[in-house]
Amino acid sequence: MQSSGALRPIVIPGEAVGGPGLKPGPGTYSEGGRVFAAQLGIRDEHEGLVSVIPLNGRYIPQRGDAVIGEVVDQGPSHWLVDIHSPYPAPLHATESPWRVEFGDTARYLKVGDVIMCHVLSVDEIKRVQLTMQEREARRLNGGMVIEISPTKVPRVIGKQGSMVSLIMDLTGCRIYVGQNGRIWLDGDDRSAAVAALAIRLIEERAQAVGLTEAVRELIAREQPRGRGPRPS
Amino acid sequence: MEDIEHIEKEMKLIGADGQRLDGRRFDELRPIRIEAGVLRRADGSAYIEWGGNKVLAAVYGPREAHPRHLQDPARALVQCRYNMAPFSVSDRKRPGPDRRSVEISKVISEAFASVVFVEQFPRTSVDIFIEVLQADAGTRCAGLTAASVALADAGVPMRDLVTSCASGKIDGVVCLDLNKDEDNFGDADCPMAIVPRTGDVVLLQMDGHLTYDEFQKAMGLSIDATKRIYEQQRDALRRRYSVTLEDILKESPPAAAPVEPDEPSPPPEEDFGPEGI
Repeated sequence: MQSSGALRPIVIPGEAVGGPGLKPGPGTYSEGGRVFAAQLGIRDEHEGLVSVIPLNGRYIPQRGDAVIGEVVDQGPSHWLVDIHSPYPAPLHATESPWRVEFGDTARYLKVGDVIMCHVLSVDEIKRVQLTMQEREARRLNGGMVIEISPTKVPRVIGKQGSMVSLIMDLTGCRIYVGQNGRIWLDGDDRSAAVAALAIRLIEERAQAVGLTEAVRELIAREQPRGRGPRPS
Repeated sequence: MEDIEHIEKEMKLIGADGQRLDGRRFDELRPIRIEAGVLRRADGSAYIEWGGNKVLAAVYGPREAHPRHLQDPARALVQCRYNMAPFSVSDRKRPGPDRRSVEISKVISEAFASVVFVEQFPRTSVDIFIEVLQADAGTRCAGLTAASVALADAGVPMRDLVTSCASGKIDGVVCLDLNKDEDNFGDADCPMAIVPRTGDVVLLQMDGHLTYDEFQKAMGLSIDATKRIYEQQRDALRRRYSVTLEDILKESPPAAAPVEPDEPSPPPEEDFGPEGI
């Protein structure tokens, strides 16, 4: 990456992003052998595949995504979960980690409960199904949920989770990041507030160079004295 | 009665030197200023000032389409609401949809439905809101141009931006981008919208009469103008998103004062330091 000056240029829908011989990836489309941007974002080329990393947009569920959802309705054998996407997402009782009797769903999850779950399947008309069979799936008690733009989630997680573990180490909070842009934080009030501030900083400056350092600095400054690692 | 007969009935819209009422030539646009991302709550937004027009556009979506029976299992709906504020015109406009705004909403939503990748989001709707705050002829073009920037700002996948412009005939001369007086007292007005990359026409209307040759000339003027407007749309989006490192450093944390309730501030006399004594 560059050390200063303008960041990677953004592309605008309709802009040519690749000539013949390149394959259109996510965020692009091809017409007459050429590839054009379909979304506002940053151009990325990788092994002959051009894609546009969007800067904005809604969360569209994909199979296997870990998401944080809020239970909004319950039926006799399923719950309806809001996963912050344009599509309603049902969680069937058989996909929950409990043995649920028919009509007894309210004993396990109530409307308003927040859960960490995974997307089991998405079909061609975008019917979504959720599952809680994975090991990390659970009901989230306490803590708080903040929402960020789903396009910024990879930056919050960082390479191999480096960014989110940095925040967890420095603030001592427990954090779950859902692919749908919902982040669950748990810790004492002060550190949770600091962690939320750090996440907001990442969201705002997602394309910035030296983001990790900025986050480290912010946490060091906001962290109450006598707790957490001191700046050396 | 007879006195009135002597008053000139026709308004002179083009002077002897070929200048229009506001000093423009026949192929000149009014000044345009576009800004992207002006509203915080909407997914995408834009504001445009086009001569005397002031228009806000906001976009939501793709989101769950309501009512449910409108949902299309194969594609997304593109819904548009064009609305004029009661204070946008000189005589108060009665609020609420009327025949004119329903028609404009329809043609604009159809224009966008042809560029948005609707197949990618079945059963959803993309909602576009266009609010005319001040009108001075050509509001549908201004609204469409702003809405297209707002759509891109919202991250909605689309083939290209849509750019719109109008041409018309005043005093028998084909002119670009009529203003209110020219529209009211002129002979014809012909708004159009194109997809600049391919040149596809996605909106075309006409009020009044143009001969075939005049129509060709008007289209030529509009298409030329859309190229300039397209650049301004792209520029508005670039300005919104291209942040340089300098901007980041300028705005970065030092501006936010750290809150440290645990540590009392040092006594005032220490502030002077050794130099103060």
